[in-house]
Amino acid sequence: MSDARRDWPLWEVFVRPRRGLSHGHVGSLHAPDAAMALRNARDVYTRRGEGVSIWVVPSAAITASSPDEKDAFFDPAADKVYRHPTFYEIPDEVQHL
Amino acid sequence: MTAARALPSPARYALALGDDALVLAQRCGEWVTRAPQLEEDVALANIGLDLLGQARSLLTYAGDFAGRSEDDLAYLREERDFLNVQLVELENGDFAVSMARLLVFSSYQLELYRRLSGSRDATLAGVAAKAVKEVAYHRDHATEWVLRLGDGTPESSRRMQAGLEAVWPYVDELFATSSRHGDWPHPGLVAEGVAVDPSSLRDPAMSYVRSVLGEACLTEPTPRWTAQGGRQGVHSSAMGFLLAELQHLHRSHPGASW
Repeated sequence: MSDARRDWPLWEVFVRPRRGLSHGHVGSLHAPDAAMALRNARDVYTRRGEGVSIWVVPSAAITASSPDEKDAFFDPAADKVYRHPTFYEIPDEVQHL
Repeated sequence: MTAARALPSPARYALALGDDALVLAQRCGEWVTRAPQLEEDVALANIGLDLLGQARSLLTYAGDFAGRSEDDLAYLREERDFLNVQLVELENGDFAVSMARLLVFSSYQLELYRRLSGSRDATLAGVAAKAVKEVAYHRDHATEWVLRLGDGTPESSRRMQAGLEAVWPYVDELFATSSRHGDWPHPGLVAEGVAVDPSSLRDPAMSYVRSVLGEACLTEPTPRWTAQGGRQGVHSSAMGFLLAELQHLHRSHPGASW
């Protein structure tokens, strides 16, 4: 059993809560293959009616930004206020912007 | 307690189907913290809770005929008044035994509920219609595991085949309408369109099971004996231990709640 626990790969789970919204990351789980990962995700993450669609992705397939590169990656965007479209008058009729 | 034998036949029928669900729910619950993975703990707990929901509806309905609550029926009946098939009380064994049992039982139950959703008894029809989707998932879950274990490693294949051997003596009882202990269900109920003739479920249920076994490179066992009598309250030695665990809290602390 301990071998199985080591061997089962990790999967990242994305759930779409309802039509019109996009899939969001909800967590991860272990499963022997993609079909079982989907079923496990259904049981672990949608048992209270949280979703209408599930994606599972092998965690190993995700390329993530490195915490060491955080400053170079993200800090330069922090003081570019002109990149935000905040200098426009928004008409009253436009909602949800 | 009103002995199950004294209940009118529609109540006995609902009770028997409810007891199947209740007892298998208890067996599924026993897997929690013991399954191969945390994810499987959750899956089997979900399946158990689906079955428990079915049991609550069916026991409530059966109890209405005799002025008894679902709790009275679940917690205060004696073993001889439980009408479940012996397949569901069979001890969990290893994971392969439990998956073999779940494959057979959910295949049976899916065909049963599909047919029962057209019952002339509106309550039974409603419970069955709601449960069809639940049981379809139970069958899918068992199927995925039987395929992987049967067509997996030599060790998993050997143990999956052993799981089938342990379960197969209990298969016939699902579809039996009579045994040396009596008839089931009451022939009048089938004629009235209230109950489903269990023998009519054998072909569709078992042809599905056989297709899974074939794909999983497993062999259908030929059991040397077959269980019988569950529908008449005759149970195996495993049943008393199961009921002790199921009932002891309620019996030790009557009326306790949280």
